Amino acid sequence: MDYLIILFNEIYKILFLVIPILVSVAMIVWLDRRVWGLVQKRKGPNVVGPFGLFQTLADALKYIFKEIIIPASANKPIFILAPIITMTLALVAWAVIPLSETLVLSDINVGILYLFAVSSLGVYGIIMGGWASNSKYPFLGAIRSAAQMVSYEVSIGIIIINVLLCVGSLNLNDIVLAQKNLWYVVPLFPMFVVFFISALAETNRPPFDLPEAEAELVAGYQTEYSGMMYAMFWLGEYANILLMCAMGSILFLGGWLPPLDIYPLNIIPAPFWMIFKILFLFFLFAIIKAIVPRYRYDQLMRLGWKIFLPFSLIYVVLTASFLLYFDKLPKGSF
Amino acid sequence: MNLNRILKTIFLTEFFSAIFKAIREIFRPKKTINYPFEKGHISPRFRGEHALRRYPNGEERCIACKLCEAVCPAQAITIESEERKDGSRKTTKYDIDMLKCIYCGLCQESCPVDAIVQGPNFEFATETREELYYNKEKLLDNGDRWESVLAKNIKTDKIYK
Repeated sequence: MDYLIILFNEIYKILFLVIPILVSVAMIVWLDRRVWGLVQKRKGPNVVGPFGLFQTLADALKYIFKEIIIPASANKPIFILAPIITMTLALVAWAVIPLSETLVLSDINVGILYLFAVSSLGVYGIIMGGWASNSKYPFLGAIRSAAQMVSYEVSIGIIIINVLLCVGSLNLNDIVLAQKNLWYVVPLFPMFVVFFISALAETNRPPFDLPEAEAELVAGYQTEYSGMMYAMFWLGEYANILLMCAMGSILFLGGWLPPLDIYPLNIIPAPFWMIFKILFLFFLFAIIKAIVPRYRYDQLMRLGWKIFLPFSLIYVVLTASFLLYFDKLPKGSF
Repeated sequence: MNLNRILKTIFLTEFFSAIFKAIREIFRPKKTINYPFEKGHISPRFRGEHALRRYPNGEERCIACKLCEAVCPAQAITIESEERKDGSRKTTKYDIDMLKCIYCGLCQESCPVDAIVQGPNFEFATETREELYYNKEKLLDNGDRWESVLAKNIKTDKIYK
């Protein structure tokens, strides 16, 4: 009986996390399309509901009622599993994101490692979807996507090392609390820029949306998908984008901390600051989608391996030597 | 690569200026109109849905000269005619296959009595093919419905012909 109570308690908590995320993903898709439209002197979706806010819900409804087509030559179980994996992994990673000091599903000590591991696993959904489709465009798209995500994860990993050197803990709450006096975006600004661009590549957003380059690859790994399975890929993609924004705000923008610990700012509850920062980063994501042309594939690889990787490695050395020389290394609890 | 270019690349100056330009663009007035609720300007020469016009006394203008049938490049028009009791030649059948029609406007140009015209209406989508095979009745009905606009458009455009 005790076991059941604990189980229900946990499920209740998980639902409390997952449902707001799914709803906010729907809203964020609307925001994305709206910003994209506004920059291009269009209005964007504005018919369904107030300001078109329910457009995504209407789209989701459409996807639910559409037929799911599975190609005859596809590997059926893997084909079906791929979007499920993408979406699950995108949602699972949210378990460790702290919205305030206490408002976090599981405050584990290796939070950042968990986050990094889960977001890296996301590539499996794409590779499986592309390969199981047994068709040329999805296959090429999946290969591109895998190569791209692996390349940029390396530099994201090294950027995270930069932050961890300053914090001395892998716990996400500790990372946030360590920025109480100074957000890491100030001393590590170049790393913030590199992280942001890598996050764009990691989530297959323009200018790095080569896996879905419609001119060459139709829709990349999603080409053979339809109906709800397509919608799940798409939900997973946007949940991943939100996750990357959350990661960026925790690592560099002080997470749920107010910008200054003074009167009018610190009465606003912590989760609002977190949401505000995520939205700010997402707004940048959306604007960049509207202003940049797509990279060529060799340029993408050159940027990842020949520029970002050495640059962030040099910055790690710089940060480490700075901390060591001025004796500012974090005295953690190890 | 010269120094200027290198500095531009490292500090992403063009990228940041593009972001500011994009943000400025967000607050500019938009070019889009809310289509089903507000409609854009339509020129008097607009070649939309066909209509057969009548004289003010209610008599059909069409004299069944079949010039439109002859000129129609898509061969969308079919006309049959006979002599009426008062000696005038009138159509008994005037069909336009709106699916064949390419909306070139040659029928309107060729008509000596301004009977067949293309009006400003472009919202006549239907759910079946059959509804788009227009007959004389439908065309005359269109003419009656749009007559005020059609007459005005023809008058506006007359000076340029």
